[in-house]
Amino acid sequence: MTVTDAEVDRIVRAEYGRVVATLVRRFGDLDLAEEAAGEALLVAVQNWRRDGLPPNPGGWLVTTAGNRAIDRIRRESVRDARQKEALVLTPEAGDPLGAVDDDRLRLIFMCAHPALAVEARVALTLRLVAGLSMAEIAAAFVTPETTMAQRLTRAKRKIKAARIPFGVPFAHDLPARVSSVAAVIYLVFNQGYFATSGDVPLRGELCDEAIRLARLLRRLLPDEPEVLGLLALLLLTDARRPARFDGDTLVPLAEQDRGRWTRSLIEEGHELVRECLRRQRPGHYQILAAINAVHTDGPTTDWPQVLALYDQLMVVAPSKVVALNRAVALAEVDGPAAALAEVDALDLLPYHAWHATRADLLRRLNRPAEAASAYEAAIALADNPAERDFLGARRAALQKS
Amino acid sequence: MTQYMISVHHTGGYPEVDPETMQAQFAAVDAFNKEITGAGKWVFGGGLMPRDTATMVDGTGPETVLVDGPYAETKEVLGGFWVIEAENLDEALNWASKASKACAAPVEVRPFQGE
Repeated sequence: MTVTDAEVDRIVRAEYGRVVATLVRRFGDLDLAEEAAGEALLVAVQNWRRDGLPPNPGGWLVTTAGNRAIDRIRRESVRDARQKEALVLTPEAGDPLGAVDDDRLRLIFMCAHPALAVEARVALTLRLVAGLSMAEIAAAFVTPETTMAQRLTRAKRKIKAARIPFGVPFAHDLPARVSSVAAVIYLVFNQGYFATSGDVPLRGELCDEAIRLARLLRRLLPDEPEVLGLLALLLLTDARRPARFDGDTLVPLAEQDRGRWTRSLIEEGHELVRECLRRQRPGHYQILAAINAVHTDGPTTDWPQVLALYDQLMVVAPSKVVALNRAVALAEVDGPAAALAEVDALDLLPYHAWHATRADLLRRLNRPAEAASAYEAAIALADNPAERDFLGARRAALQKS
Repeated sequence: MTQYMISVHHTGGYPEVDPETMQAQFAAVDAFNKEITGAGKWVFGGGLMPRDTATMVDGTGPETVLVDGPYAETKEVLGGFWVIEAENLDEALNWASKASKACAAPVEVRPFQGE
């Protein structure tokens, strides 16, 4: 069976997390699992490109990686030490989610454990579950590779020393732990969608990776409405990706060419949101998804409905950033003056979006001098190059009128 | 089983509370101690006297030097601690959450070094 190089890479990446997770369960050692999985993948890429795919590529990878791990244990003759460490990562008995028998889920919960620093959770998840290389992760977060490597080493040391379990959480911890996993995936997505560092405005590969992880999480935890909400949110946001840029400049939602949005993703997202509504257990990600469903439904946004959803979000997950977004909706319903009063009360000085929102409201209220200085403050704080261009253009248009 | 230390940290010295609140806290800590002892996870624990009762002992030189007072003038003070046994960090964190509620202060959880 002939196979393209791209197809080999896709399969290898899709299977990486499963291979690592199986090896962690078998050998109880993160480093060993990572090394053996890496070796097996290298062999797979070489052989498959030459000879075509084996009948069961996933199984082949797990077997080969397992053999490599055993070779390594023998070769390094540190068997005793390895086995001692192995006890540390043995899956915990009595998983409350006994039916969910998937090592990847255990691996995800371990990587996204709230006892780890947020950056470490993101890096571990991308490395061990998504199979990105250290160089890719470092590039995506514009961090030196050595810094990223140290971050991962430190996190893995804490997992061992503090016995962060390779297992699913206690039932009463599950909602909080699911939101920790969801937050990691959402961070990965946003790091792609609103690249905050470096010169590119969008890192599509991170968006794709986040959606792949969200789909995996949904397959593994089909009964968690927040997982459905997260996937819906990512799909409905990603659907707008093709219309978000005009050359190098950001196009705000209201001005986007809706014909360029990806219909299939919007339909899938809407179906997921309807599924969430049927569950009647609203949460943070579900409400964000519902807001994005309203944005992508019909020829224009139904702003009173968006406002009502932000009111609901303020109850479930209140924050100044949510209040700021609510004010944007309020401006469409009650006008810019009402919104400006709310925005000014928030006082989010270090946040570029606060200044950008104020600038837009002041522009609409015909107060160009104040709008101009707000645009300047926003430009100075904005990290994304396309957003800076957009704000610059708005600031320039102000001077002409 | 791993042993973990759950330590109670007060910022800006010991909190001053009225006698009724203190009684309620004692009762809460007592209840927590009963629960964790009953679960077989209690190793050792206790509250500490205020830090002005501390003596520094430095035996690193040829002669041991004693100094009155705590090690460093920090705003944070260790008020007491538990040593517990737990299967893994998740279990330790669950006990720590109860401990923190009982003593009305944030706590730090750290694993002991293995043997």
